[in-house]
Amino acid sequence: MSIIAAFLAAIAPAVLADPAQEARAQSLEREIRCVQCENEPIAQSTADIAADMRRLVRERVAAGDSDEEIRTYFRQRYGDFVLFRPPWDARTWALWGAPFLLLGMGLIGVLTIRRRPTGESEILTPEEGDR
Amino acid sequence: MIAEVGAFAAVLALMLSLAQGVIGLAASRRDSRADAAAAIAQSTAVLILIAFACLITLFVRSDFTVAAVAANSHVDKPLIYKIAGAWGNHEGSMLLWCLVSALFGAIYASARGKQNLGLWSRTVGVQGLVTAGVLIYTLFLSNPFARLDPAPMQGSGLNPLLQDPALAAHPPMLYLGYVGMSIPFSLAVAALIEGKADQAWARALRPWTLLAWLCLTIGIAIGSYWAYYELGWGGWWFWDPVENASFMPWLVAAALVHSAIVTERRGSLASWTILLSIMGFGLALLGTFLVRSGVLTSVHAFAVDPQRGIAVLVLLGVAMGVGFGLYAWRAPRLAQPSGFAAISRESMLVWNNFGLAVAAGVVLIGTIYPLIVEAAGGGLISVGPPFFNATVAPLLVALFLLLPLGPMLTWRVGDARAAFIRLAPAAALALLTLIVALVSTGWRAAPAIGLAVGVWLVGGGLVYLWARVQRGEGAAMAKLAVLPLAVWSMSLAHIGAGVLTIGAIAETGFRTEQAAALEPGEGVAFAGRRVTLLEVGERDGPNYTATRANFRVDSAGGAQAVSAERRMYHTAPSPTTEVGILSSFDGDLYIALGEPVRNGGGAWAVRLYHNPLVHLIFIGALMMALGGLLSLAALARRKKAAP
Repeated sequence: MSIIAAFLAAIAPAVLADPAQEARAQSLEREIRCVQCENEPIAQSTADIAADMRRLVRERVAAGDSDEEIRTYFRQRYGDFVLFRPPWDARTWALWGAPFLLLGMGLIGVLTIRRRPTGESEILTPEEGDR
Repeated sequence: MIAEVGAFAAVLALMLSLAQGVIGLAASRRDSRADAAAAIAQSTAVLILIAFACLITLFVRSDFTVAAVAANSHVDKPLIYKIAGAWGNHEGSMLLWCLVSALFGAIYASARGKQNLGLWSRTVGVQGLVTAGVLIYTLFLSNPFARLDPAPMQGSGLNPLLQDPALAAHPPMLYLGYVGMSIPFSLAVAALIEGKADQAWARALRPWTLLAWLCLTIGIAIGSYWAYYELGWGGWWFWDPVENASFMPWLVAAALVHSAIVTERRGSLASWTILLSIMGFGLALLGTFLVRSGVLTSVHAFAVDPQRGIAVLVLLGVAMGVGFGLYAWRAPRLAQPSGFAAISRESMLVWNNFGLAVAAGVVLIGTIYPLIVEAAGGGLISVGPPFFNATVAPLLVALFLLLPLGPMLTWRVGDARAAFIRLAPAAALALLTLIVALVSTGWRAAPAIGLAVGVWLVGGGLVYLWARVQRGEGAAMAKLAVLPLAVWSMSLAHIGAGVLTIGAIAETGFRTEQAAALEPGEGVAFAGRRVTLLEVGERDGPNYTATRANFRVDSAGGAQAVSAERRMYHTAPSPTTEVGILSSFDGDLYIALGEPVRNGGGAWAVRLYHNPLVHLIFIGALMMALGGLLSLAALARRKKAAP
């Protein structure tokens, strides 16, 4: 038992006994960024710091923190950069609004094309159309 | 000497490609000038081929007096990675870019067919200028032939992560795709200059967009598969800026493949097709250069070599400035297309383009947004998978919901009711999938919807094939055999998209993982199997030493052996993983070997993953690529049939 305990403390993060908690920990580890690596989540990185951060996630999950509390905890410690989910504030309104803006522009474009009069040119049979 | 020959050939190629540009653009009504431009295009390609052959020779010979070789090669490296190393670095890859651009230009110039002379020769000319622009960048700011004095005794070696067979194929495939977008760009600019984009123009455009899309599909799939087995955590897509850089041109190329069909068949959407061609090449340039100069990863990488970064922006700015400028000026003069009914093949293809283009836009903004925030003094933020999954995924779901309808509708005015009735079996199957998935996962909506959409695509593709078979005469098998290639290609590509969707959703939604500490002889129960560590030993490779662990996996089907490695390359500070993968019908068992456990008494850290149906991702991508290939074959056959 002591061997296992040493292992858990030293390298791999503890597997949480509750499967729901384990699943939450794994999904959080996929959206928290390893602060030392190029562009990797801590779930993936082999760096020591990533292992430390994974252990931290599991401690917080085991202590009963919510996902949001854990994200806030990491943001306060490492800055916004650590979260792959961009925060919602004045800097990112344009980011989160962009998809809707693009959708709107696209819709206007499609409607403009549709408005044009239907040409009375030749009508293709389906066979011709599929050639 | 070889380096000087290579550099000389490249400089000569630059002169010729500039001449190709000027003569090609000036040739509109003079056959002799157009022929000259075509001949120059072929000479340019031969010269760059010589330069590239010189570079490969330098790498094979490990000539460390050349800076690019010293920085990226090593005497101990296996031959294949010495060769692949020639384009596995910034300088060499830029020369590869020029090579492909010149080769495509030469191939385009060799086959005028029935194209309008002015359009054809101006396309050759624009392509020459594109090659020239990238050659200037290559020769003056990232010269692969630059000498090093004093020369080191040994090279620094290639990043061991990249010493893999997939690396030899992945970047050249992507480059074929990126640079393949340059011909549509040249065609678009030529069409704007001529003020004409007719059905013959669209016919010339289609094979090139298909080729570019096909190569991007294969290149991305190889890269994704490489990431899956090489990075050691089973990730095949992470919305990494580098991945996005290849995904954006892919999306636009996919849109272009579809809009070009409308332009060719019906003469409509010409203006939009031109715009897409310009944007596609812009995104391809953005992809190549920004990845290569490291700008995308962080603003700080930009400062490492500001000259290169600024030159990239200038090149991109010139290409897009000319493209969009001409577009704004000339596009209104193009013939106005005729409209079509809300329910028609055209209308569905327009919605397809809407979905793909908006998705490309969202990916673009998400990818460059951190740069904008940082440049504006807002500090560092990350835009990662949570953003893209929340925005791009719903768009793709909407697109995929409409997709099976498209092929079932006729051009101009379609019959929606008939299409719905025919598609009913596919819809029923998808609905059943949705309900079963919802119930069996405890009402997790996202993966259930994803799976249902995948099934809907596969079912829709099969319904379309069946509808086409029924239209023929004779026995079913005979009818299947005489179906046009184009029908097969479209079905295959669409069914492939469904298969890929099912694989992607199954992997992301239902994967399981477990960390364990195992001593030799010890086993652990995982995903309905028992995984036992047999022994751990040392092994010597050509330029690395490996720690190799052998496992036995017992399942209902019997016992199987699999091994996983950690490799320490002689030239790299940190180890790399070679995972053990045991594929079966329901997915992959994926084993990554970690480090020995400190104070663990001989135990090793092992991570186990079960990735359900993950192979469908790569099979689906392959089907899509095969669909593209068949479509190319169909176009080639049609060209022969109608001289």
